[in-house]
Amino acid sequence: MAAKSIISRPVYGTLSPQPGKHHLFIADAEGALAIAEMAGRAPPGFFDDAEIVFIPGLDGKHAVALEALKPAQLHLAPSFASLLPRLRQTLANAHMGLRVYLAGTEGLIGQAMQVALEAGIDHTSIQTEHRGSLARRMQCVHCKGITENVTTQPATCAHCGLLLLVRDHYSRRIAAFQGVCINAEDRSEIPPMEEIFR
Amino acid sequence: MSTGTTKLDVVVSDVVPVNDLVTRFHFRRRDGQLLPTFSGGAHVVVEMRDGERTRLNPYSLMGSPLDTREYTISVRRDDVGRGGSLFMHRSVKPGMEMVVSYPVNLFSLDLRAKKHLMLAGGIGITPFMAQTAQLAAEGGNFELHYTCRTASLGTYADVLRERYDRRVRLYHDDLEERIELDRLLSTQPLGTHLYVCGPAGMINWVRDRAASLGWPAETVHFEHFAAPQPGLPFDVRLAVSGKSIRVDEQQSLLEAIEAAGVDPPYLCRGGVCGQCETNVISCDGKFIHNDHWLSEEEHRSGKKIMPCVSRFEGRSLVLER
Amino acid sequence: MGITFRKETFRDDFTFKNSPEHIRRFPFPFHEDAYMYAVNIEPHVVGPRGSVLENLIDVDEHYVAEMQDRALVLAEDPLRCQSLPHMTLAGWDLLELLMEQQALGYPEHFTLTRDGDRWRWINRPLGIDDTFTFGDTSTLPYGPMEYITRQSQGDFCILDQRDGNLWMDAGMVTTQADWSLDFDIGMNFFEWHAPVPLAHEKGIFVRALKFLTNIQQGKPARRLNWTMTINPRLDTSPENYHKWGPDRATVTPDNVGDKVHLRVELQSFWRLPRSNGIVFPIRCYLIKMDELVTQPKWARRLHRVIRDLPDELANYKGLTRYRPALVEWLSKLDDGSPTSPGFGPD
Repeated sequence: MAAKSIISRPVYGTLSPQPGKHHLFIADAEGALAIAEMAGRAPPGFFDDAEIVFIPGLDGKHAVALEALKPAQLHLAPSFASLLPRLRQTLANAHMGLRVYLAGTEGLIGQAMQVALEAGIDHTSIQTEHRGSLARRMQCVHCKGITENVTTQPATCAHCGLLLLVRDHYSRRIAAFQGVCINAEDRSEIPPMEEIFR
Repeated sequence: MSTGTTKLDVVVSDVVPVNDLVTRFHFRRRDGQLLPTFSGGAHVVVEMRDGERTRLNPYSLMGSPLDTREYTISVRRDDVGRGGSLFMHRSVKPGMEMVVSYPVNLFSLDLRAKKHLMLAGGIGITPFMAQTAQLAAEGGNFELHYTCRTASLGTYADVLRERYDRRVRLYHDDLEERIELDRLLSTQPLGTHLYVCGPAGMINWVRDRAASLGWPAETVHFEHFAAPQPGLPFDVRLAVSGKSIRVDEQQSLLEAIEAAGVDPPYLCRGGVCGQCETNVISCDGKFIHNDHWLSEEEHRSGKKIMPCVSRFEGRSLVLER
Repeated sequence: MGITFRKETFRDDFTFKNSPEHIRRFPFPFHEDAYMYAVNIEPHVVGPRGSVLENLIDVDEHYVAEMQDRALVLAEDPLRCQSLPHMTLAGWDLLELLMEQQALGYPEHFTLTRDGDRWRWINRPLGIDDTFTFGDTSTLPYGPMEYITRQSQGDFCILDQRDGNLWMDAGMVTTQADWSLDFDIGMNFFEWHAPVPLAHEKGIFVRALKFLTNIQQGKPARRLNWTMTINPRLDTSPENYHKWGPDRATVTPDNVGDKVHLRVELQSFWRLPRSNGIVFPIRCYLIKMDELVTQPKWARRLHRVIRDLPDELANYKGLTRYRPALVEWLSKLDDGSPTSPGFGPD
């Protein structure tokens, strides 16, 4: 059972072209489609100053749709971890006027936003659009370990093994939802585990 | 609980002419204690008792926040305004006892900034005097671009150049020197915050170019105190207190309400903070809105007015005060 | 003279107790026989002698023991005290506020001497005598916020004010009622209150934020909040919930009086002068049921409040498991006679 949603749960929008000198897109899997759809609403020449960093995923689909936009740079990366050094370098050298667009899974949006925040960009000026998986990154409030791709409620912490209620309470700084022990008061109570974040 | 600020009893400790238009005033506490600490960008509201009438005008504190033995403000003489600046220039002398408010900051530095880019026009330099002093003491990264009419009217330009050297750039209108704004805004490192204080035209120009060049709104800060403008006298009915008042040419609506013994809350008296927002019960005539608080939609609705800076022309006006 | 500081613990053998004088000064939070959220904010001005409001920053008989408990929590989990990089100046503001207020209210225990930026701070109860340069972090053993909040009762959140909102960007939080600074740091006012039920729908936080962003220097404000805790445990953090949560299942009709504690937070709000931030001290007061019911009015009223509390609130405050036992125990002390208005005992 998921708690009813709360204000700290991120809300995603629809990508829209922003005024700016340079545009940086970070996307995974079906996030490419969000970029392609936004391109239809963008002024001519918009992608001449754009860099797209894309994680195609296992099936490798959608990269073609991005090539067709003819961005100044298109970089394909096998995973988020592998694109991090490049992303940090891009942001470290960037100037005011750079706009950031994030599209794809919730995990990708959260982790890319975390890096952008560290570079001094406010979350309110970052465009986001959610596509694909709702699997969650979850931080265990007890041991602080992060469990990736959580799809069940409750979920087991991959680090300390406690059974956790996955809350909607979300930290942009940690890029994760909060997990809190679901049976702390009586460890013999084991609620059924349901698959709900897909 | 009302929101206004606490008052400070001060004495004028010095009056220093700076140039043809600007005079600096120094205040110390009458009891000899230190004044409250403040942050760069803060203002105080100075009470001016001029015979029968009281004016309350906001002025930015321009001293270093690290030194609270005295507060200093700089006042530019405005020969066509409502008389507040003329009163300061003509009537305020060393030794005079006055009352100022506690400091309030509506133009605060964003301390997260990796760099602070400051643009000043004319007397708009005053909040930056305090902000640069604060940042310099903390080793902060700032750059100030200051536009003035002529070198002789470049208030504190020499002081700033001496203190901060190449971190200060000067532009003189009479030499046709202009800020290359687009270039300046396009070469700032990510994480820079922009601050602008000066005439309305300059603020609007900078905000507009910054937005077009992709600066997010939360990185652009501006000090936009509107001085109350004189205008035609008008009559107002205050429905809650049951009073009828007349606002004269040189008086603001807020001052007229206060003169009748009704005290709406206020902080800035410059159309920015929103404290004195007042509901209009009925009206027959047209509003002259001068504030930066209400939305355009609220201005058009005729349902609200900011009495600190806005006026009215017409047959009747009833306010919820 | 001065305060006689108790030797006591808030963990393991739980020897915490209130003296009779401290029972009478307890800030009982219910002014009527029912409870619902409200924007119950008022000016934080000095109150009557002998009350917790006698000084704006209250120091009481639990001071030394609470500071020892804080040191234990921090040794175990340093993440309970954090300050984002832009908040150091606000930390100095807080250091000045707490040193000045403690020295003003309790000159027999604390002395502050200022000579320009050269400051000397003497804290007799904790045996501290430090000379440092105000504004120079290298002259203190910790950052300014950590240094002074290791010597001040209550949790402290420092909020940065930007874009019409307040951002929780620094804090010392070791005695919290089940929220995590480590998780919430960097959130805005609405986000960190997100898990609170009912209040968002009532517009409480929108009005509260409007009020708080207009707090002026020299004019602090305050409100009371409350919850309940099993055993006099200060550290009821979510981090350790799996350790203290089982306590809630240990309440029986026989041990309610000793185990169940009303926990009241005196929250105050102050504008900080140099940083233009807001500090939000959350001072926690604990009282066990046996102590509380020595005031018959409080016993009757607490019975009615807990009995009639909406389920969402009871659940949020973590009372659900032991509420029946508590209500049953309190009901024996409620003869149904009326209670007088106001907070104080009769």
